[in-house]
Amino acid sequence: MSIINSLENVGEYALLMKRVLTLPDRISQFLREFLKSVYALGVSSIWIVVIISFFIGAVIVLQIALNIDSPMLPRFTVGVVSREIILLEFSSTIMCLILSGKVGSNIASEIGTMRITEQVDALEIMGVNSANYLILPKISAFVAFMPVLVIFSMFMGLFGGYIICMVLGTPSVETYVYGIQAFFTESFVWYSIVKSMLFGFIIASVSAFFGYNARGGALEVGSASTRSVVINSILILATDLVFTQLAMG
Amino acid sequence: MKEFDGTMVLDHIDATFRKGVVNIIIGKSGSGKTVLLKCLVGLTQPTSGEIFYDGRNLIGMRSGEVRRLRRDIGMLFQGAALFDSRTVLENVMFPLDMFSRKNRRERRKRAEFCLERVDMLQAARLLPSEISGGMKKRAAIARAIVLNPKYLFCDEPNSGLDPKTSQVIDELISDITTDFDITTIVVSHDMNSVINIGDNVIFLNEGIKEWEGSKSQVMDADNEKLNDFVFASDLFRKIKEAEEIISEEGKD
Repeated sequence: MSIINSLENVGEYALLMKRVLTLPDRISQFLREFLKSVYALGVSSIWIVVIISFFIGAVIVLQIALNIDSPMLPRFTVGVVSREIILLEFSSTIMCLILSGKVGSNIASEIGTMRITEQVDALEIMGVNSANYLILPKISAFVAFMPVLVIFSMFMGLFGGYIICMVLGTPSVETYVYGIQAFFTESFVWYSIVKSMLFGFIIASVSAFFGYNARGGALEVGSASTRSVVINSILILATDLVFTQLAMG
Repeated sequence: MKEFDGTMVLDHIDATFRKGVVNIIIGKSGSGKTVLLKCLVGLTQPTSGEIFYDGRNLIGMRSGEVRRLRRDIGMLFQGAALFDSRTVLENVMFPLDMFSRKNRRERRKRAEFCLERVDMLQAARLLPSEISGGMKKRAAIARAIVLNPKYLFCDEPNSGLDPKTSQVIDELISDITTDFDITTIVVSHDMNSVINIGDNVIFLNEGIKEWEGSKSQVMDADNEKLNDFVFASDLFRKIKEAEEIISEEGKD
């Protein structure tokens, strides 16, 4: 029964996306909503990205410095490994898992509340494609802003490591800075940005799907919000596995 | 007809709604009024049947056609359904922003005219969260009429309002119907609305159309279920009794 329900949900999601991914009725209204969403979903997420990235970056460097203690490995390895972890997985995948909680629940609860207070019906009655009007600006704004968040995260993660090296002195700041520049592969940054944009699409569209289909009252909106975060997390992890194999394998 | 999980919610409803008058659908809670309204505007698909708007059948229309038809429809929702993030003026301007080719100044002028019509111009810059329930309803009426609709639907326009405000809303709906010559369909369980503005009254009971007539006929109808509904209110029972006494005295 749950398999049938899941398949039904996939079908409904596809039908919703068909309605979402069309030309907006009015470009000026789309741009207005797009800019509002850039601020609400992207700009307002910078602080959480900065704080988490800084501390996790610092902890990654600290853990690696403490655990890689072999004379066979030069100390700048700490910088190299930390950089690869931050660039390849932390700034895209882990950050998106965190953002799925903040942004995903925000989208699901906003659209869910509009649904149960008949604001979505009001749009439909006016002859507006409510799915397109409400969801497309959110998806495009979040996907477009995702590279900014990822780059912020990368810098802050590496900066957190820099600060921990400065405080503890092991490895030294110079060794760490040398490490984060050594054997640098530029394509890893692009890989991370593209991957995070894909995750951004998943977060915004899946959350919008759950919000748009919320029925009942406040309890159902809360439940839609929770389900969207759970499903987003699973989809992000599964997509990460497939994408990594396809892009790096 | 409309079924939900095998339960018949609307059964063979056959009705014609007249232009330029207020058509009221009344009935107890759960009698199918709101489902009928949602079927009429296409928010719910009936299980079978046809719905005609000036000869155009809503059932089977393509989504583009439905959206074009809906630009001729204004609707007042039970909870007003104003957009929380927009001011009252922006809410009223919204349909114009989406569909009107007028410039911004003209759109604003039209929105202000509609707000003035419902006596809400003074609250134009406030957010829906900053105004009362009655003001929300009035703002929602202004939004519903801003595109000059041919059809106006009102779902329980008086729910949650005090009697005085209810009367204001009723009179507003009636005046707008006459002034703009539109077809208005109101769903209500409020007998005061029926007596105030119900030019054409349809009584639904358990999904079946039990009775149809004018407001002047409601009090004297010989339909038992309608009488149960109308005279459930003490006030209307006493009015009826008073009318009977006056009539008896007249005979004497």
